[in-house]
Amino acid sequence: MPGPFAGFKWLALINDWSVFAEGFVQTILLSALGLTLALGLGIFFGLLGTSHVKLFKLLNRVYVEFIQNTPLVIQIFFLYHGLPHLGIMLPVFVVGVLGVGVYHGAYIAEVIRAGVESVPRGQLEAAYSQGFSYWGAMIHIVLPQAKRISYPPLTNQAVNLIKNTSVLAMVAGGELMYHADSWSSNNLYYGPSYVVTGLLYLSLCFPLASFAKRMERKLEVSS
Amino acid sequence: MIKVQGVNKFFGPLHVLKDINLNVDSGEKVVVIGPSGSGKSTLIRCMNLLETPSTGQIVVDGVDITAPKAPITKVRESVAMVFQQFNLYPHKTVLENLTLAPTLIKKISRDEASESGLAFLERVGLREKADAYPAQLSGGQQQRVAIARALNMRPTVMLFDEPTSALDPEMIQEVLDVMVDLAKEGITMVVVTHEMGFAKQVADQVIFMDGGTILEKGSPEHFFTNPEHDRTKLFLSRILR
Repeated sequence: MPGPFAGFKWLALINDWSVFAEGFVQTILLSALGLTLALGLGIFFGLLGTSHVKLFKLLNRVYVEFIQNTPLVIQIFFLYHGLPHLGIMLPVFVVGVLGVGVYHGAYIAEVIRAGVESVPRGQLEAAYSQGFSYWGAMIHIVLPQAKRISYPPLTNQAVNLIKNTSVLAMVAGGELMYHADSWSSNNLYYGPSYVVTGLLYLSLCFPLASFAKRMERKLEVSS
Repeated sequence: MIKVQGVNKFFGPLHVLKDINLNVDSGEKVVVIGPSGSGKSTLIRCMNLLETPSTGQIVVDGVDITAPKAPITKVRESVAMVFQQFNLYPHKTVLENLTLAPTLIKKISRDEASESGLAFLERVGLREKADAYPAQLSGGQQQRVAIARALNMRPTVMLFDEPTSALDPEMIQEVLDVMVDLAKEGITMVVVTHEMGFAKQVADQVIFMDGGTILEKGSPEHFFTNPEHDRTKLFLSRILR
């Protein structure tokens, strides 16, 4: 009996490379749009969390706690299987963008909130004492400093988001993991399929993670 | 220039300012002294509304800043503050620290703000540090930059909230020298400090606070030679060794 990594299985994979390429491109698109959504939601809800208005704080907490404390798979299932019962049919690509976007938006909201709160109160006071308004102080003084602190954890979120797009495979998401799965469940060549897929995710995530490491070291030096 | 009338301030159940009345004339140098927790920092922070008085009225340059909808950001443009922790903007260079608010808030041209900024840096002896970042400076240098930053707003009033309390002893003098030099001008100064030498040298009026009230006010001569209150005497005897 041939082993899981027999040569002919690799040849079959190379023959069908376009299947993996298609999934890879879908994963990149999904990640890019998902990350854009996550950043938008994260910055908005993160700033709500730093507000002194109780209602804003509450909105931040509800979003963050609800999303962070339920599995991404269930959120995706809700979007894919649940919403149609309410008459909302979303294309699976949109389900993917919404799913990972909303999910990681909650984590990014916490990153942003922590970043803003890590800027000493004296910075806001100095800005106020010079005649800045709240928003002027935020834009020119507080957020630029919060940004520097937030970059490394934000990059980690981007890495996690890319990996988590693989959850879409469970609803035939058309991305890399789905294609790898469906290709290999036809011919049972799981070994090469998953190794190559893993390497493709690595090729996206590792540069990002190293970038985060570099940023972190740079921050240590400058502070 | 500054009129404080019947000001009370509560932090929750804590009554930190109790019926404070105080007048600071234009050009006057007022030094506020007193033990920790006496409310002196809270009082000076009320003068630019970093703290909002619970009751009472504060009028700065004819504007009641305690009124609802008072134009407080406008008033703050001419009431500069120097903080205990310097609070320079760490992501900006020294010169940018000086020009940021004048260009963004007072809409002064960048060239003009830089030119006057460099002149003020020269005055505090740090012109060569214009392109450095705050983290590259010593505490004393940072505080001198903070004073230059305040000056570049061309304020009519300068508030100093314990400007030397966070400094190493050997750096205190360089900051005090700058402040003494500044006091020779017509600018109105309110200084919360533990530096009695500074109070003696520049104050027109010394205010002694304890337990949220002004216990005693008077000229430095009265104050350091002939204080009325036992509490003042006790404080001075402990601090002037």
